[in-house]
Amino acid sequence: MSRFLSNLPLRITIIIIAFIWTLPTIGLLISSLRPQIDIQSSGWWTVFEHPFEIAQWTLANYQRVLTTDAMGDAFLNSLLVTIPSVVIPITIAAFAAYAFAWMEFPGKSLLFVVVVGLMVVPLQMSLIPLLRLYTQLDLNGTFLGIWLAHTGFGLPLAVFLLYGYISSLPEEIIESARVDGASPLTTFTRLVLPLSVPAIASFAIFQFLWVWNDLLVALVFLGTKKEVTVVTSRLAALVGERGEAWHVLTAGAFITMLIPLIVFFALQRYFVRGLTAGSVKG
Amino acid sequence: MEEAVQHEEQPSKAASIFTTGPLRIIVSLIVPVLAFLVLRWSFIYMRDADANKLLIGLVALIIGVGAVWALYLITDNLVSLLPQGIGDTVRPFVFVGPALAILGMYLVYPLARTIYLSFFDARSENFIGLDNYIFALTSPDMLVAFRNNLLWLVFVTGFVVSLGLIIAVMVDRIGRWEPVAKSIIFLPMAISAVGASVIWKFIYSFQPSPRPQIGLLNSIVTALGGEPQGWLILKPWNNFFLIIIMIWILTGFAMVVISAAVKGVPAELLEAARIDGANEVRIFFGVIIPYIRGTLITIATTVLIMVLKIFDIVYVMTSGQNDTEVIANRMFREMFVFRNFGRGSALAILLLIAVIPAMIYNVRNIREARR
Repeated sequence: MSRFLSNLPLRITIIIIAFIWTLPTIGLLISSLRPQIDIQSSGWWTVFEHPFEIAQWTLANYQRVLTTDAMGDAFLNSLLVTIPSVVIPITIAAFAAYAFAWMEFPGKSLLFVVVVGLMVVPLQMSLIPLLRLYTQLDLNGTFLGIWLAHTGFGLPLAVFLLYGYISSLPEEIIESARVDGASPLTTFTRLVLPLSVPAIASFAIFQFLWVWNDLLVALVFLGTKKEVTVVTSRLAALVGERGEAWHVLTAGAFITMLIPLIVFFALQRYFVRGLTAGSVKG
Repeated sequence: MEEAVQHEEQPSKAASIFTTGPLRIIVSLIVPVLAFLVLRWSFIYMRDADANKLLIGLVALIIGVGAVWALYLITDNLVSLLPQGIGDTVRPFVFVGPALAILGMYLVYPLARTIYLSFFDARSENFIGLDNYIFALTSPDMLVAFRNNLLWLVFVTGFVVSLGLIIAVMVDRIGRWEPVAKSIIFLPMAISAVGASVIWKFIYSFQPSPRPQIGLLNSIVTALGGEPQGWLILKPWNNFFLIIIMIWILTGFAMVVISAAVKGVPAELLEAARIDGANEVRIFFGVIIPYIRGTLITIATTVLIMVLKIFDIVYVMTSGQNDTEVIANRMFREMFVFRNFGRGSALAILLLIAVIPAMIYNVRNIREARR
């Protein structure tokens, strides 16, 4: 009991901090459920004066932003962009990481150092030449273009993370597979890959969120046409076009946050691990 | 393992077609050609932005992943046809080749090309030497951007690491509720910077005086008797209102990383200090901080790099107006608004130069780890 009391100032401070940290998001959520007229005439905190009055809550904003303001399409586009942008880099990086970890070839050390060096490179480096290249190849504004771009930008980190894990697998396991006559490919597909699932999961979650939340790459390679725009670029466009339309912006923002929040709550452990490892990414 | 054993002991009739020499070579050649044709068709198909989207997605997943796997399997197959020694030398390149090719195309080639383009004019037609860099380092707009980036670097990193540290230490001592508190403070990392910007733009929103305030900040200010302000147009304070957003996002991240380090401080060390009569504050500065110094430096460097490239928040909140411009946003505008690819490239190179110390640090760490 006394421990609880002596900790009391500490606990109160932390409660205040946690409260301050959640307040902005709560404000957004509550506002997104209020009718436009209410949002524009009173602060969102006023709902607490009569929280159970049904008339002050509405789903109209969501309805509207999903259809008229093209957020529904953008949501699908985001899924379409993100999933391949996660799966493809993992496949390619897994093969490369295995080679770096368990195969010998000339220049291995130097190449690995280059990969590590590339991890920090700001992706601004690549935008102008790639934009030009894409225009020539007619890849601008296509999904294929952005999948490849995200693969390229995500590979250094993916190779680094998977290498870290695969190289730490016990040598005896790899050796015994070799002794049993397994080809390197079989060792890779049947042994190393299944064992590497934790590392793959961590990267997958990190990459998923990174791509889903990305704005710059989407703006540069995909653009803002309604057929291809993703949730982030759509929301950014809405802010620009409809600056004071808070009923639209709050609902739209919450839609962009829905999937990341679900992933966050469901997979926190992997999430934190992945984010921590991936924080240096360009 | 099992495969190899089966091959030798009981090749089935059908399988034997694939093991006999000449036919195997022919098959190994036809399949890649077919694969190439399929890839080419799907490339053209996927490139056509009008094609049904869900179909494109499915095609992408199947072809993308399937093709990548097929590529590896086929090349590996071809390699096993080679005599033992050569096969073993070539095989690693099969594994590592696609990765290197993509890295080359998406990071190495553009890097070189951007450096090259930074010495040319807007349309990359005429060589103009260092003019773009001179502009970047002397024009009034750019000087404002540099000043702002500096403000971001100092204040975001300073506050994020300090707050992260303090909160990590505090939260370490509250027992059962620790995971909940950490989750709450970490949450802003999950949402996009665009989403965070909308949240805070709402908080900063301004209504002219007689009307009731709908933005949290102005309502607090008016409740305390002040006049409502357009916070985002108030120079130079508007930068700080943007900076707050990033602090809100990143503190949880620093807190989580530092918290892991703090928990690694040996209990005996803390006990010994307490027995010696040190109070909590002295323990904090004298024992904990020195012990986790390495982590603090790492997290500070990581945050520095993230802040250096800050784009989303500025782009969405103010588009760089009212003296809130930052380098990454300016580069974007050079590309898409001013269409000056020479300047844009120069700005990208400046960003690169700024992260080179971090690159060297990383590479050095790797070298040591591999030794």
